[in-house]
Amino acid sequence: MEQPGNPTEQLQEQLKIVKAESPWRIAIRRFAKNRLALIGLIILVIMFLLCFIGPLFSPYTLNQTNVGNKNQAPNAQYWLGTDKLGRDIMLRVMLAGRISLTVGLVATAISVVIGAVLGAVAGFYRKYADTIIMRIADIFLALPTLPILITLGAILSDLKIDPGKRIYFLMLIIGLLGWVGLARLVRSQILTLREQEFMQATEALGLRDGRKIFRHLMPNTIPIIIVSATLGVAGAILTESALSFLGLGVVPPTPSWGNMITAANSLIDFRKRPWTWIPPGMCILITVTAINLIGDGLRDALDPKMKSR
Amino acid sequence: MAKELVEFRNLETHFSTSAGTVKAVNDVSFSIREGETLCIVGESGCGKSVTAMSLMQLIESPPGKIVGGEILFEGKDLLKLNKKEMSRLRGKEIAMIFQEPMSSLNPVFTIGKQITEPLLYHLNMSQKEAKARAIELITMVGIPRPEKIFDSYPHELSGGMRQRIMIAIALCCDPKLLIADEPTTALDVTIQAQILDLMRDIKSKMNTAIMMITHDLGVVAEMADFVVVMYAGKVIEEAPVLELFKDPQHPYTQGLLKAKPVLSQRKERLYSIPGQVPNPVDLGDNCHFHDRCEFCMEICKTKKPPLRTHADAKHKTACWLYEEEGKAQ
Amino acid sequence: MSQYIIRRLLQMIPTLIGISIIVFAISQMVPGDYITATQNPNMTAERAEQLRSLYGLDKPPVQQYFIWAKNMLVGNLGDSFQHKMPVTEVINTYVWNSFIIAFVTLILSWTIAALVGVFSAQFQYSFFDKVVTLLVFLLMSLPSFFIGLLAIKYFALDMKLFPTAGMTTAGLNASGFDYIKDVAKHMILPVAVMTTLQIGGLTRYFRTGMLEVIRQDYIRTARAKGLKERTVIFKHAFRNALLPAITLLGFELPGLFGGAMILERVFAWPGIGQIYLASLNLRDYPLMLGFTMFLAVLTLLGNLISDILYGVADPRIRLK
Repeated sequence: MEQPGNPTEQLQEQLKIVKAESPWRIAIRRFAKNRLALIGLIILVIMFLLCFIGPLFSPYTLNQTNVGNKNQAPNAQYWLGTDKLGRDIMLRVMLAGRISLTVGLVATAISVVIGAVLGAVAGFYRKYADTIIMRIADIFLALPTLPILITLGAILSDLKIDPGKRIYFLMLIIGLLGWVGLARLVRSQILTLREQEFMQATEALGLRDGRKIFRHLMPNTIPIIIVSATLGVAGAILTESALSFLGLGVVPPTPSWGNMITAANSLIDFRKRPWTWIPPGMCILITVTAINLIGDGLRDALDPKMKSR
Repeated sequence: MAKELVEFRNLETHFSTSAGTVKAVNDVSFSIREGETLCIVGESGCGKSVTAMSLMQLIESPPGKIVGGEILFEGKDLLKLNKKEMSRLRGKEIAMIFQEPMSSLNPVFTIGKQITEPLLYHLNMSQKEAKARAIELITMVGIPRPEKIFDSYPHELSGGMRQRIMIAIALCCDPKLLIADEPTTALDVTIQAQILDLMRDIKSKMNTAIMMITHDLGVVAEMADFVVVMYAGKVIEEAPVLELFKDPQHPYTQGLLKAKPVLSQRKERLYSIPGQVPNPVDLGDNCHFHDRCEFCMEICKTKKPPLRTHADAKHKTACWLYEEEGKAQ
Repeated sequence: MSQYIIRRLLQMIPTLIGISIIVFAISQMVPGDYITATQNPNMTAERAEQLRSLYGLDKPPVQQYFIWAKNMLVGNLGDSFQHKMPVTEVINTYVWNSFIIAFVTLILSWTIAALVGVFSAQFQYSFFDKVVTLLVFLLMSLPSFFIGLLAIKYFALDMKLFPTAGMTTAGLNASGFDYIKDVAKHMILPVAVMTTLQIGGLTRYFRTGMLEVIRQDYIRTARAKGLKERTVIFKHAFRNALLPAITLLGFELPGLFGGAMILERVFAWPGIGQIYLASLNLRDYPLMLGFTMFLAVLTLLGNLISDILYGVADPRIRLK
């Protein structure tokens, strides 16, 4: 007869369970269960496809003006109508999306790199490095972001920078102002991590600091970096759109969702031709909502403290 | 013989989890008599706390739900009361103290405010009367300088003091039943003894029945008049305390008593019951202890044993070893 | 306590110096100055030089910074070129217009968010809670100017329910109660939009806070005492959930006096935010710098206030 309570067998059984579930897999499973986050992900994927592949199927080109067809309401030929120069709004919204999404992503990438590195250095070396970095972080935290962005935007306009190159500066500016939150998160995480036993092991192995930071400590902060970056993209898109709306971000002829809404500055477009400015606004709203839903889903999935909601 | 105060009749409390239904309390029946101290013993997760929370009707729902049975308190079925009637009983007739004195008091209110709250609410006392009564209670639970404590915040007191305050709050309306859910587990050993002394003292003074939940047989030996042993959501044995220690019948109870170190008999190794507590999800209709039991028989794996008297009139056991069908094998 | 406050105020000094250097450096990068920005065709080169030396614009930047910083220390932010009066006075004139809408918004958004957050937490997983959760995400994702424009188009222009812009009806010479009524009518739309924008994040904050608190042992104790569910939730749980929220209250300070720049422009509300945006076009440095520093000081004070409030509200924390 088989012995049911055999201890070795039980142990093997338990080990099997432990092996099958890596933290990442648990996170993916949790994320997949979150219906709102999945909807967000689907919307975002559609938005990306629309913006990056959609224009290839458009019969129109970006700056193709057609005065004969100006100011048309949405119809079978122009799905979202045309503007006062007779340009197809649908195509412009998709191309604007490319710019807005790219600016949001790249700006956040810049923030994340700066924030993660500075946070890790402060948390790892403590003492002077920590004091200096955190002091700078304090300054950036109290810096009124919008006035600074607006001033910098005005400088870009005055320097007469080519609109095509301007978006690079814009990404850099938005990125440079957004790293503080992540730096603080990473720092506090590293501070606790470096006190743990596995770090004593790296000490014993005589690893170089760079290796300790990037190979052993940083991987543990990836969950918070992912969550913070996702929510950061949403914020960066909103910032870019606000600046562009004020005429200080992405400037025409390059379209962005924010600067397309400036059409509303003309009273007749504002009132009588809402198709010129409502679609880009809705795109911002939908995209940012989708990203926020994903970010929240990721937070729940990756942060073990929150567990299942 | 004293009157029955509380009677659990075939209580069923289930929790729905993503893995399946957990029958945390599965067909539990026993009663508590007036002025008696009854201890419920069992490992964590055996359903002893859920039984108490079912009596208070403070099961978190969802996921928990009382799906069957009756809980009679002085003859009325508590499960048939509406929310308002039940909240009138809670804190007044039935009071409860918990395992974690450190977190059981609200950090933003003073001790005084937390003691007087039920007095104002249940007994309609004036602020002044309530304060006088609160000071009296703080003195009674053995804390010096009650006026100062009255205006203190919980974080200014030690764990033992906080548990005394919890007891004071529980006793403020002279309840007929005091439920104590592992009241000493989180405390230091010396403080544990003080709190137990206090509870015994109160019981003799106020004639309050106590339903004490514990996994510590030392506490049982000191406090209990009557003991109920639970395992995996079921009562497997109940007996007066002396009887139980003298003649434990269920193999699980025997195991528990063997696992307890005894100073006079040093052994090489402490006994421990082999195996683990079964997975609580979807347990079958059998003896849940069967896979850990050294006397396991075929019938134990397929049929659940009834809880019945075998020798002494007050001593009931649910085990096939004492049944005719079991003996036949 | 007072010692704590003094120490914190002293700690602000290096931060403020850092901010002032950054702000000044950025403003120096702007090509052109007030004289060129006004584009007065009658301005002779000679006159322009005169004006530059009058305003100190001909001095080297480092010297300009120290002059500016020294004046700032004694509370003198200089004179606004455009408004021809001290910057402090300009700020004082317009900041109150910003303050009224921000204050009403603050009261409204906190009240609504607290109520919705508490109920949504109490009935977690209910239909109401699910709707709230989704709405919160939508509200947190709104681009302020877009929602402002939508509101003006539909509620003011199309339905004609509210005035489209400004703070008073043009040409209206009312005073007393009629004036207040007129301003109130103009306030509704901007306040509604600002409240909508703020409510999302706050509701979420209250909801999470409540969810955490109602799982605590002391809530179980309160229930075991036989208190009414309303007392348990609104007295025992809410007081604790409010503690972290109080920290947020301090952070509201810059928003309260700093003006909602973009929305003030959209609604043509004569607040300090809109004045600031206008000052940028005219390169009115004293006003630009002064206002930015004003915001920075408000931010730092707000942080300090939130710490103090937290210490006052939570008996476990004693500030030293």
